[in-house]
Amino acid sequence: MELLVALSIGFLTASGVFLTLRARTFPVVLGLTLLAYAVNLFLFAMGRLTIGLPTIIDSAQGQYADPLPQALVLTAIVIAFGMTAFLIVLALKARAELGNDHVDGINLAQDEASLEHTLPPQKPNKQVGKTR
Amino acid sequence: MNLLAINLPLVVLLPFIGAIFAAWSARLNRLAAAWVSGLIALSALGLLTPTLIQVFAGQTIIQSWAWIPTIGLHFSFRLDGLALLFALLILVIGILVIFYARYYLATKDCMGRFFAYLLMFMGSMLGIVLSENLIQLVVFWELTSITSFLLISYWQHRKEARQGARMALAITGAGGLALLGGVLLLGEVVGSYQLTDILASGDLVRNSPLYLPILGLILLGVFTKSAQFPFHFWLPHAMAAPTPVSAYLHSATMVKAGIFLLARFFPILSATPEWSWLVGGAGMITLIIGAYMAFFKHDLKGLLAYSTISHLGLITLLFGFGTQMATVAAIFHIINHATFKASLFMVAGIIDHETGSRDMRKLNGLIKYMPHTAFLAIIASAAMAGVPLLNGFLSKEMFFEQAITASQTAHSAWMIPILVTIGGVLSVAYSIRFIHDVFFNGEPINLPKTPHEPPRFMKIPVDFLVIICLTVGIFPNYTIAPLLEIAVIGTLQTTPPNYSLDIWHGFTPALFMSFIALTGGITFYFMRQRLFNFYEKFFRKIDARQYFNQLLAGLFSLANKVTNFFDKGSLQNASAWVLFSAIIFTAYGFSLHNSPLFGERPMLPIDVISLMLAVGLMLTSIVLIFIHRQRLLTLIVIGMIGLVLSLAFVKFSAPDLALTQLSIEVVTIILLLLALYFLPQVTPKEIGKMRLWRDGVLAVLSGIGITLYTLAVLTRDYQTIADYFLANSLVGGGGSNVVNVILVDFRGFDTLGEITVLALAGLGVFAMLQNMKLPAPKNDIEGRLWSNDPHPLIMRTFTRLLLPLMLMVAIFIFFRGHNLPGGGFIAGLIASVALIVQYLSNGIQLTSEHFKVNMNWVIGLGLLIAVATGLAAMGMGFPFLTSAFTHLNWPIIGEFEIASAIAFDLGVFLVVVGATVMSLVQLGRLSFASHHPKAKEQN
Repeated sequence: MELLVALSIGFLTASGVFLTLRARTFPVVLGLTLLAYAVNLFLFAMGRLTIGLPTIIDSAQGQYADPLPQALVLTAIVIAFGMTAFLIVLALKARAELGNDHVDGINLAQDEASLEHTLPPQKPNKQVGKTR
Repeated sequence: MNLLAINLPLVVLLPFIGAIFAAWSARLNRLAAAWVSGLIALSALGLLTPTLIQVFAGQTIIQSWAWIPTIGLHFSFRLDGLALLFALLILVIGILVIFYARYYLATKDCMGRFFAYLLMFMGSMLGIVLSENLIQLVVFWELTSITSFLLISYWQHRKEARQGARMALAITGAGGLALLGGVLLLGEVVGSYQLTDILASGDLVRNSPLYLPILGLILLGVFTKSAQFPFHFWLPHAMAAPTPVSAYLHSATMVKAGIFLLARFFPILSATPEWSWLVGGAGMITLIIGAYMAFFKHDLKGLLAYSTISHLGLITLLFGFGTQMATVAAIFHIINHATFKASLFMVAGIIDHETGSRDMRKLNGLIKYMPHTAFLAIIASAAMAGVPLLNGFLSKEMFFEQAITASQTAHSAWMIPILVTIGGVLSVAYSIRFIHDVFFNGEPINLPKTPHEPPRFMKIPVDFLVIICLTVGIFPNYTIAPLLEIAVIGTLQTTPPNYSLDIWHGFTPALFMSFIALTGGITFYFMRQRLFNFYEKFFRKIDARQYFNQLLAGLFSLANKVTNFFDKGSLQNASAWVLFSAIIFTAYGFSLHNSPLFGERPMLPIDVISLMLAVGLMLTSIVLIFIHRQRLLTLIVIGMIGLVLSLAFVKFSAPDLALTQLSIEVVTIILLLLALYFLPQVTPKEIGKMRLWRDGVLAVLSGIGITLYTLAVLTRDYQTIADYFLANSLVGGGGSNVVNVILVDFRGFDTLGEITVLALAGLGVFAMLQNMKLPAPKNDIEGRLWSNDPHPLIMRTFTRLLLPLMLMVAIFIFFRGHNLPGGGFIAGLIASVALIVQYLSNGIQLTSEHFKVNMNWVIGLGLLIAVATGLAAMGMGFPFLTSAFTHLNWPIIGEFEIASAIAFDLGVFLVVVGATVMSLVQLGRLSFASHHPKAKEQN
């Protein structure tokens, strides 16, 4: 079972890392979400794996899982959500200000195929700059 | 409390507090800032005076409070003779400078800023001289660097002011860093950072193997601050400051801080050959170079700047001699130099103010226009030159005497009297130049203003200082002797040697040297035209600033090169570097260990369902990489992964985590869906195969690394601290769900931090979405139009029915959280989902009309409740966030338990609801606005 968990964490990390290294904001946010999964699972596993021993004090139950990593991961999950929300809105903001969704804020990188004809018509909103 | 028991920290802190008032009062009236500053400085002096009696009686006053005792940091102050001397210099000259600056500053200069900086600087200086704890001393030391930077750059519009300030900050700041290193080593050797302990362990320090590093580092701090060769060049450039600042910084304070430190550490660091060579050598070179350069400066303040450097060298040299008598001379010269140099700077300021020029080639014959000022200047510079019956003569005579004594100590030391006499000759020469060139020597040439006497009050501080020069020079035994006596005791930490302050000692070699210096100086001055030509030819081009700037430019370009190598302005590259180095470092860390990679702990058996789910998870992760350009599909797959994850939590005995993961997953996916609406629906294809391969390799390596690492941990046994939580959860926390008790009780402070972060993220989302306008696509990638259908009626009706039920579940989960899986986080998420479902099915517009709650307030209220719970515990005398619980017996419900932690959990609940709902609803509003541009405008 430990092997399965370790492998799952590894696969999640690998695809998370790959997506994090992409050039557009949305895959990067998804990549970070995947990495957050991997990290949470990893932290949780630091308390070792136990089956059927929830940490609810019960006189009939002698042993318990390690509650500390669970408490840490619980908040980590919520914080990860906060971070995702912040990042995705940052990505939207970047698109609103720059008119594109490249992580470096440039319109189309040279190493990308042009998608302009397939994308829905984008009108960079010229009002944005002026109204402020 | 007795005010006398806390007067020293008050003296130090008063100027800092006063700075705020000074800055504020300038808004009421231009001159109010000056009045406030003067009053503050006077009251600081007043606070100091009651303790004078004790200090003059030979006591050392220490006022100390433990701060972080484990690292030896105490908030502690010390007043002995040496500290008193410097504190008086700082305060008295400070008051005179404030008085002077009130007349000096032009109407367009911002008074509040000037006096606020000046007071902060005064406080920092007082902090240095009154500190008992060395770490505290270094902090004040750094503060003087920063505040002097602000003062020197006061005229921010002038380029040379900015450059001079930056140079001073760079050099004194670097020296401060070295000083910190030296002080830390010293503290390690002695085992305490308190001066009392350190001053008592001189032998321990001198015999320690760390003596040389300590000495070197501390001297670096001293030499940079006191402008000793080779760090002297910042001081002339700091002359770009307003003249009152120069008068303050370069006579009594800033540059004397280094000298103060020499005196302070004299008992423990001196009396070794290293001390003599380093301190004496630097002092001697500085004395000669400074005096030589001073003579050739055409700028009045430039002359005074180099003369200051030279006199600082003189004092340093005296400390370098290392004898007790030399120390007496050094302390005496500190006082004398402060008085005559401050008055000379003020005179230079008056001349600048009334003529509009500081160039000595233009300034001539001013005695006709400003006789009073000329009279003051002549006396002060005569004191600087060491003319009899003035204070400078007395200390210079002692200095010559000590030079002769020192020449008898070693073979090569015969040069000392000759070199110091040369220094004396030069010093007389530039003093004569200051007088003759400016006040006599023909008529003024092309001055911007017609010179005249300054306002009466501008001269009062100079009058005062010149009177001190005279009285100390004529009646030393009746004026300065007691203060000098206790200052010497404070410096040496023992009984002082016998010395005489008499003016006439008979025909001594020192008198002969004085005579040579006076006559030689006069001769030198009258040869000046030839000397100027010589100087112009050979020395003019040597400018230490050039080397400094070259060094700085080199450092900057090196830093830029290194940065540019790693950071090519692309996030992708930068992240790749971060990951690459992480992989390299962890691989290296692994390779350092010889033990087998995996431990002996038995593994749990694998069951079929887990196997299927895990393999499914791994396969989806791989598939994700290939389909990631189709964004909607990727998002759905990621949602599935999150659900599998919550199943894993169920399997491995973590019901709380499973619930959290499940509800978070719902919220996250809805959020990302909302955001995706405004982003392109597909990611463009990347052409660069190299980059894809590079990222692939990095991803695979990271995956392998983390797998091995996880396995290595999971196959080993470990010591856990969980037993404490398990044992005390019910007894101490009053709840049987240990995870929840940890969150709200044992580690409540962590949770408070975490909900604060969440609150900030929510507010950040809110702030960023304000006034954002994004074009909404009319159709999706395949050309289908987005649906404009109204919200389906059946769904609307059912979700309205569901709302109370869902909220009920949330409340249930919340209340049972302390004993069974649940709690504030999970309940908050469930409640958020309930509300979001309403928004989704009924539309933003309608739901907002029915549900008028400002989520900003909910977040704020949640944080407030959480903090208030903690403070309530403090109010009852327990540590922050201590919880209590009790058993209640209510009719019908029966006996149940209630813990105060539930209030904290309520705070958590509110913050989670607020942050989550706000993020989603704000995004929803954005999409609503993009569809209904007119509705938005009507709002």
